[in-house]
Amino acid sequence: MTARIEKWPGVELGPKDLEGGTVTTVRSRPDARFAWSAGEAMSRFLAELQRGRLIGRRCDGCKRVLFPPRMFCEECFRPTDAWVYVRDTGAIETFSVSYLDTDARRIAEPILVGVVSIDGAAPKMGIMHYFGEMTKDDIRIGMRVKAVWRPPEERTGSVLDIRHFRPLREGEG
Amino acid sequence: MRKVAVVGAGMTIFRRRLQETGKELSFEASRMALDQAKMEISDVNAVIHGTAPDAFDGVHMKGEYLLDGSGGIRKPYMRVYTGGGTGVFSTIAGWWHVASGLADIALVVNEEKMSSCQPHPQSVFAHIWDPILDRPLKPNLVWIFAMEMNRYMTVHGIPYEDIARVAVKNKRNAVGHPCAQLPDANITLEDVMNSEVMAWPVHRLDISPPSDGAAAVVLASEDVVRKRKLRDQAAWIKGVGWCIDSTMWTDRDLVFPEYVNRAAKMAYKQAKIDRPKRQIDFAEPYDPFDYKELHHLEGLGLADKGKAGLMTREGITERDGKLPVCPSGGLLGVGNPIAATMGIKIGELYWQLTGQAGKRQIPHEVHTGVAQAWGDLMQYGSVVVMGA
Repeated sequence: MTARIEKWPGVELGPKDLEGGTVTTVRSRPDARFAWSAGEAMSRFLAELQRGRLIGRRCDGCKRVLFPPRMFCEECFRPTDAWVYVRDTGAIETFSVSYLDTDARRIAEPILVGVVSIDGAAPKMGIMHYFGEMTKDDIRIGMRVKAVWRPPEERTGSVLDIRHFRPLREGEG
Repeated sequence: MRKVAVVGAGMTIFRRRLQETGKELSFEASRMALDQAKMEISDVNAVIHGTAPDAFDGVHMKGEYLLDGSGGIRKPYMRVYTGGGTGVFSTIAGWWHVASGLADIALVVNEEKMSSCQPHPQSVFAHIWDPILDRPLKPNLVWIFAMEMNRYMTVHGIPYEDIARVAVKNKRNAVGHPCAQLPDANITLEDVMNSEVMAWPVHRLDISPPSDGAAAVVLASEDVVRKRKLRDQAAWIKGVGWCIDSTMWTDRDLVFPEYVNRAAKMAYKQAKIDRPKRQIDFAEPYDPFDYKELHHLEGLGLADKGKAGLMTREGITERDGKLPVCPSGGLLGVGNPIAATMGIKIGELYWQLTGQAGKRQIPHEVHTGVAQAWGDLMQYGSVVVMGA
C-alpha cells in the first residue's frame, strides 16, 4: 500500500546543474514566426481604432452589442447583424498593480492594468488595457474612465492606438 | 453505464527541476500505479495521457512523444489537454473508456516538465493570449489572476488575510506529503502577507511554484474489482462533470466561476448529491493561487458566495475540520506540475478514501470526496466525485 512506500521516484536538480553543465543537457532555440490574418471582425475593429473609434457588433437574437466585435454570436450561435459604434468611456471592472513585466522581471514603477467595460456595449463587455493619469492609490473598481488616444499619425491599427484609460473628468461622458 | 473504480495510484516527487525526462517520469508514476493495482501493462486495455502545452517541453505531438513512458504502445491511446483542467479531466476521459464498456482496465497518466523551458516557463505562457487583443499589451500570466482575485475580494469585501490563510494551511498540510516541493511546518500568516507583492493583490507566497512531475491512476470496472479481489483498495468514481466558458474573458464577470459550478452540478447529479455541503466529506479543489481554493469552494457549492474565506478563518477547512480542504497540501504546498497535479487531486481522493494517506490521513471517517481542476483563460472546470 502506498502509505508504506519509502522511496518516491525522482532525482532533484538545482539551478546550477543545468547552468553549470553538471548534468547532461541538450539545448535548442526554436525560431517560429507568425503572421495572423486578423479576420473579418478584427480587421474592421483595428481599422476603426486607427480612426480613433471603438466599434462592436449587434446581435438581434439576444439584443446584445458584442464588444470586442465578432461576426457570430456565441450565445445564439447565429451571424451577428450590424456594426455599432460604442463609446470610448467605461468603468474599471477589475485591475492589478503589477511589479512584474511581461517576462516576470521585477520593475520599480508598477504597471496599472485591468479590464474596462465599455459604455454602449452589453453589460460587462470590455477589453484589457493600461490605466494612466492616476496612481496606485487612486485606482479602484467601478472608477469611470476614458480612452486617451495617440495622435492620428502615430496610430497603427492596434489596441495600442489607445495609450491608456484615464479617470473621467467632471462634465465628461 | 458501468461502475468504475480507482484501484491504484502512483506519483513522482514534485520539484522545480527533475533529472528524469518526461517519458521517464511517466514510466515511474505508471509503474507505481500498476504495482499498487497488482497489474502488468498487458492487463491494460486503454491508456489516456494528460499533459499541458507542448511549448513547455518544446516538443510538438507531445502525446506521441510521451507514449512509450505511459505504456500506450499498440493500444487504444489518446492524449487529453484542457489546460490546468487536465489534472482532473484525464481521469474523466479514463472513466468513459471503462464506464462505456470499451475497456475493462484503463491507465491514466499525467506528466509535466516545466523546467525545460529556459529561463522560466513564463515565456511560453505569453503565447496563450489572444494575438490581436491581448498580446500587444505584453501581459504577464500573473496579471489575470491578480485581476480575478481583486474582483473576487472587492465585490465580496473579503480581507486579504482570509485569502493568505489558505497558503498557510496548504503549505503546512504538505509537510505530510512525501512528494512535496514547498512544505513548511512553521509558515505564518505574516510570512504570506509580508511576502513580495508581484502583481497586487497577488503576493509571492499566494502562488504555487512551477514544477516537474508525473502521476498515474489505474481505473477498473466493477467486474475486474470483484475478480481480482481489489475491493479493499478500490475508491469508486461516483460522478464526473466538465464545462468551459468563452475565451473572451474580458466579457464576463470574474467574481464567480460559473463553469466550475456547472461542472459540479453535472457531477453531483450523477453522484446523486443534492446537498453538497452535507454530503461531501472533504475536497481537493484546484489551488494554484490561494484565492482559487476559495473561489472553487464557492463554485463547487461547498461554501456560500463570498463566504469561503470565513470557513478558512474558522478552521473548518483544516485537515481535522468539518470539511477538510486540500489535505494533500495542494498545489501551493506539494507543487504545480500542471497536468501531473492529478497526483494531489484524484490521487489524494483515492489515498484518503482507501485509508492509505499515511501522515495526511483525515483523522475522522470520510466517505465522499470531490476533486476539481481549473484552467485555460479562467474558463475551464473539471470535477470528479469519488466514494469509498
